[in-house]
Amino acid sequence: MKRALGRVFTTEHRRLGVMYLLLALAAVAVGTTLSLLMRFHRVWPNAVLPYFGVMKPEDYLALVTMHGTLMIFFVLTTAPQSGFANLVLPEQIGAKGMAFPRINATAFWLTVAAFLVLISAAHITAGGAPISGWTSYPPLSALPAAGPGQGLGMDLWLVSIGIFCVAAWLSAVNMLATILGERRAGMTWGRLPMTVWAWLVASILTLLAFAVLLAAVVLLFSDRHFGSSFFIPMNDMIDGRVVGHGDGSPLLWLHLFWFFGHPEVYIAVLPGMGLATSLFANFTRRRVAGYKMMAGMLVAIGLLGLAVWGHHMFVSGMNPYAGTAFAMVTMAIAVPSTVEVIGWLATLWGGGLRLQTPMLFALGFLSFFIVGGLSGPLLAEPALDAYLHNTFFVVAHFHLIMAMAGVFGVFAGVYYWFPLMTGRLMNEALGKVHFWVSLIAAYGTFLPMHFAGLAGEPRHYDRLAGPATNFAALIPVERGITYSALLLAAVQLVFLWNVFVSARRGRVAGENPWQSTTLEWANGTAPTRIEAGPYEYELPQGEGGFHPQWESAPKLE
Amino acid sequence: MPATFTRNPVDVERKDTGIGGKPPYDRRPTGGGGDGENWDNHPHGRRGPRELLIRYRLGVMFALSGDLMFFVALVSAFFVRQSAGHFDAYNNFTSDWRPLAVPPILWLNTAVLLLSSVTMEMARRQLFHEIDVMEEWLGLGRPAVKRAAPWLAATLVLGLTFLAGQWVAWEQLVRQGYLLSSPDPSSHFFYLITGIHGLHLLLGIAALIAALVGLFTLKKVEFRQIAVDSVSWYWHTMGLFWAFLFALLVFFQ
Repeated sequence: MKRALGRVFTTEHRRLGVMYLLLALAAVAVGTTLSLLMRFHRVWPNAVLPYFGVMKPEDYLALVTMHGTLMIFFVLTTAPQSGFANLVLPEQIGAKGMAFPRINATAFWLTVAAFLVLISAAHITAGGAPISGWTSYPPLSALPAAGPGQGLGMDLWLVSIGIFCVAAWLSAVNMLATILGERRAGMTWGRLPMTVWAWLVASILTLLAFAVLLAAVVLLFSDRHFGSSFFIPMNDMIDGRVVGHGDGSPLLWLHLFWFFGHPEVYIAVLPGMGLATSLFANFTRRRVAGYKMMAGMLVAIGLLGLAVWGHHMFVSGMNPYAGTAFAMVTMAIAVPSTVEVIGWLATLWGGGLRLQTPMLFALGFLSFFIVGGLSGPLLAEPALDAYLHNTFFVVAHFHLIMAMAGVFGVFAGVYYWFPLMTGRLMNEALGKVHFWVSLIAAYGTFLPMHFAGLAGEPRHYDRLAGPATNFAALIPVERGITYSALLLAAVQLVFLWNVFVSARRGRVAGENPWQSTTLEWANGTAPTRIEAGPYEYELPQGEGGFHPQWESAPKLE
Repeated sequence: MPATFTRNPVDVERKDTGIGGKPPYDRRPTGGGGDGENWDNHPHGRRGPRELLIRYRLGVMFALSGDLMFFVALVSAFFVRQSAGHFDAYNNFTSDWRPLAVPPILWLNTAVLLLSSVTMEMARRQLFHEIDVMEEWLGLGRPAVKRAAPWLAATLVLGLTFLAGQWVAWEQLVRQGYLLSSPDPSSHFFYLITGIHGLHLLLGIAALIAALVGLFTLKKVEFRQIAVDSVSWYWHTMGLFWAFLFALLVFFQ
């Protein structure tokens, strides 16, 4: 019993990494189910569903809220950042362990607590889940009378996010102290794997962004319970009754929230970028093209990402001059992003690609990064955004660039690091089925949304009532999207099957199955001093020559 | 046992001998191993007497930089809310912001808090006093603890005095009719800012008590240094934050 408890409440970072991944798996399972319910409802709005009966508009909004919150906080923040970093970061920099293992474990359990509070918001409270979206815009979120689920449900949402902020804060402090202070001798900045660079930048963003979100959550909670009016505007009306009692500014919430919200996007996607860089080098057996440039551009993306939050607010009534400024900074992000893409293509170009499953998912990541990224500059243009902002075009954009790219990055990591977790390799054939069906179904789900959005289909609406004839032509597209989403969800069962079967009966991996150079594969044999760069693949002794970081002097004749 | 006195590496600069030619190699390293090496090149656990201390300082600094962003968010909300308003029926822009005159006792409280930072620093320095540490290392009693404890206790008393003073300020405001639920946004901010800062100080006082207990119970000099050092950086930062928040509340209404 005591041993079992010790295994659960561990401070060992690898085990914590696996537990983070399991938490993300639970969250992604719930979140995906919710999204399927939404897709189902959009195509068959009058169907009788088991839990809901005929779905009401507020049920649909509750689904939107819970889907967004679960996916962004508990999947895309926990898995790539906390999950994988706990799994391999200390080994990759040659540290003995995390700088603050107990703070690290506390952060994990706080994240679990936040998850449980969020789930309880949906199920045990009278009004059900909150309905104001994962962004919780006031005044809808500031007044308990504003709708079902806006009472206790909204309070629990705020409590959950508040706990999550503290957990993210602790986790980032530990990560930063580890990366800055615990590197092995000789592990200079130029010898860090790109994943470590990505985790470094993402941790800085976490530290800065989540602190601001916590402040916003405290202010909103005070508005709801202590009679203040930071966000509640004058003459705010519910059911024809004036309920506002101050000159508060809902725009203030938008500013604070998106100051967190935009860096959050990079927290979700930067680790994937770092991992993709490593995998491209590994599976083409080449060095990373322009290592310094690639690392520098990761930092540049992070810094620019702190200054672009206003592009989420072009249609909010913000000063148009501010909009222009935000538009320019936003478009500037295209520059470092393009440098990253060109660096990846340069690494891939003419390299003998080894198309194993981790590599396939990394290539999938690249594909989504480009396709989803291309619609970014369109939305960064205030005049275009005025039309597109509340349409499905935006849904398509962020699901490709953040959700799909992020999740494919996570899959690449799971396939790649699976031997570190279980000592076995995942099944290649199942992995390839998983990849190709996921890729096609993901594009089948999210590409048509661009067209629906261009045709004017609004997001956040539970059904296209009213002048529905305007959108009648879109019904077949909608149906296609739903079938595709169902396929996308179904093929994840193949992945789950693969995980469970391979963990028990997979091919034994042996040491360093991918012939990697980075230290997490050193198997405890790393010397006290690191003398090699992270990606020494191109060596003259012919095909497959490589020099791992744990061997003493690089043979670079 | 690693050496526990913690002098910084000093380069002894020798003047030109004046007889021409190259002066003798005179960078005499007192901390590292010479030839441009520093402690980072050693394996873990052998990076000098300050290895653990530096780790904890890094952690405290990062946590506090996140905290700084938290307060920056509150302060920016203050300015945005101050300029918020609406157009009335006659198309005049009106705002509900009425400046709040802060209770004068806050000046006294501020002085007390700044003084507590001085006593905190005195306590911290005692822990790093080379001779005392040396004496302790040789097993000749614990002079550092004896000298630091009164300063720590003084800090604790001053910190509690500050909190009591804030409480008095709140009571005065309540008597004037300013409540958190009253319609004045300036009073919302007053309670919010002083309240959250007070919570931070409560945490600091808990840490102070822990450090004071640790001073007598922790076996290693190193750990005692870490306990007092971490608390003191936290305490100084809270004093600094308060100086800015106080200026905000007094001069930027």
